[in-house]
Amino acid sequence: MTSASPSITPVAAAGGEPSALAEITQETLALTRRLFIQLARRPSTLVAGVLQPLIWLVLFGALFANAPQGLLPGGMSYGRFLGAGVIVFTAFSAALNAGLPVMFDREFGFLNRLLVAPLRSRSSIVFASVLYITSLSLVQSLAIMGTAALLGYGWPGGTGLLLVLVTLLLLVFSVTALSLGLAFALPGHIELIAVIFVVNLPLLFASTALAPITFMPPWLGWLAALNPLTFAIEPIRAAYAGSLHLTDVVLVAPYGSLSAIACLAILAALAAGLFLLIRPMLDRKLT
Amino acid sequence: MIELQHLSKRFGGRKAQPVQALDDLSLSVPAGALYGLLGPNGAGKTTTLRILATLLAPDAGQVSVAGIDALAEPRRVRRLLGYVAQEVAIDKILSGRELLHLQAALHHLGAADRDARSDELIDLLGMGDWIDRRCGSYSGGMRRRLDLATGLLHRPRVLVLDEPTVGLDIESRTAIWQVLRQLRDQGTTVLLSSHYLEEVDALADRLAIIDGGRVLAEGTPSELKNALGGDRVTLRVREFSDAQEASRVRSLLQACRGVRQVVVNQAQGYSLNLVVEDAGVVEALRRQLAEAQLPLFALSQSRPSLDDVYLQATGRTLSDAELSVAGRRDLKEERKQSMR
Repeated sequence: MTSASPSITPVAAAGGEPSALAEITQETLALTRRLFIQLARRPSTLVAGVLQPLIWLVLFGALFANAPQGLLPGGMSYGRFLGAGVIVFTAFSAALNAGLPVMFDREFGFLNRLLVAPLRSRSSIVFASVLYITSLSLVQSLAIMGTAALLGYGWPGGTGLLLVLVTLLLLVFSVTALSLGLAFALPGHIELIAVIFVVNLPLLFASTALAPITFMPPWLGWLAALNPLTFAIEPIRAAYAGSLHLTDVVLVAPYGSLSAIACLAILAALAAGLFLLIRPMLDRKLT
Repeated sequence: MIELQHLSKRFGGRKAQPVQALDDLSLSVPAGALYGLLGPNGAGKTTTLRILATLLAPDAGQVSVAGIDALAEPRRVRRLLGYVAQEVAIDKILSGRELLHLQAALHHLGAADRDARSDELIDLLGMGDWIDRRCGSYSGGMRRRLDLATGLLHRPRVLVLDEPTVGLDIESRTAIWQVLRQLRDQGTTVLLSSHYLEEVDALADRLAIIDGGRVLAEGTPSELKNALGGDRVTLRVREFSDAQEASRVRSLLQACRGVRQVVVNQAQGYSLNLVVEDAGVVEALRRQLAEAQLPLFALSQSRPSLDDVYLQATGRTLSDAELSVAGRRDLKEERKQSMR
């Protein structure tokens, strides 16, 4: 125990108040740091997050490797076609799980520790999750892209890579917002995991990740053409196909044709909309 | 320093039966006091402290800390307040030091201040040997000490602790008591809840007995005991008496001057529990027994304890109260509330 008594006297808060931005940055970085320490000491999520899409890529790619030449639009191989789908699916899955750590913090009472602290903005808790998941999913996606390149499925090139990253960022923001919203709205982690399970695969199948719209019956084609994943997959696939202008048509949907820039605009609108939608809920839960 | 006025809080809704957790509870904690909140499980202690810590909004009432309205300006109150919750929420993956550093950032301490302050508290709470190990490996006492440290990191003027020593080993309990006294001596206002009578008796300058969401008695421990008046005397004429003899002795002693009340305690071999006006009455009792040719096997005398105060205030002993609420609580609902 202690011998001498070090000063534990209350001292008045020193000086003037530092800027809000500095405080929010300090809070956000400290909370993000915690998530990265967890990841470093429990890397199984990251390992599984990279392995799963690799398995998709290798097994699914092999499954249709002998599909007739010229079956797919532009005559590309199935492996090359699948690459874009797997990249998007990887980022999507990671973002969909963003709410889980927050939910566990709620359940174990760790969130209360954050809530009794004089945070300048409780949005720091959300920013930290977004920062963490974004970096994590980008690392995973880059690992997939590297493997795809090694398998001979191509590489998007400089500007193409930029387009891929922007597209993934927009998708990750939207889905993270959704997942964090669920983490505060649902009663517990069992329910959250159930929702993740129910949402995950159907969204994959009802998108153009595994097959083009032309292969689908009309009702599924409509679903795929409305699926946010499709708006992320098609620009990336186009970037892989070769030099791309943002105004080039990348998606021929039953309701009309969409250019790359239109797909990105839709994703941006979706991200903004979801953040606005969950905002009141976070305010209610976090103030 | 802390003013709680007319707090009401009701839990439950559609499914669960509503529970009136707080029912017009008012409390005033003077600056620099070590204040105890004594009551059985389910009395409303945790709810009161959660409202004070700005984790929960009351249905009605006022909360102020150091003159600041906690409901209108919660962030200013959070800066003054250190809160140590009952259920220790600790990230098992982090080390104790990393948790302290996280907490320091949430209170916007600079790096130099953070390191100095962490070292100070690690020393004060005797955590040096294990602070760099992961929290998952800590015992209950270690966790509670670390939690106390995180509550003290930002030098709060008011420290609020919810059952700080429940389930702890003697060493950790003594360590925590010592720190709390030291804090009080250095001017921190400390408010703690407990359902251990002896803890509140040993620590608190003032206390409030709460039950059913209301304050039933309030004052310093000696004020409350003196208000009861009279010493407690327990006597037996032989080791094991019987009902007949006990009632004979009872009527004999009841006639003595200065004897207020005589109760036969059947559960303890028909011993007699007396409330007497002052210590001098005991001599009269001895004489009376000698005159009636009765032996005296044992006689003990004590000042009223906090247990007696509790009994007087609530009409039941603390352990009875604990038993009676045990079946009534909706733990699932409480967990939900604590999760928000």
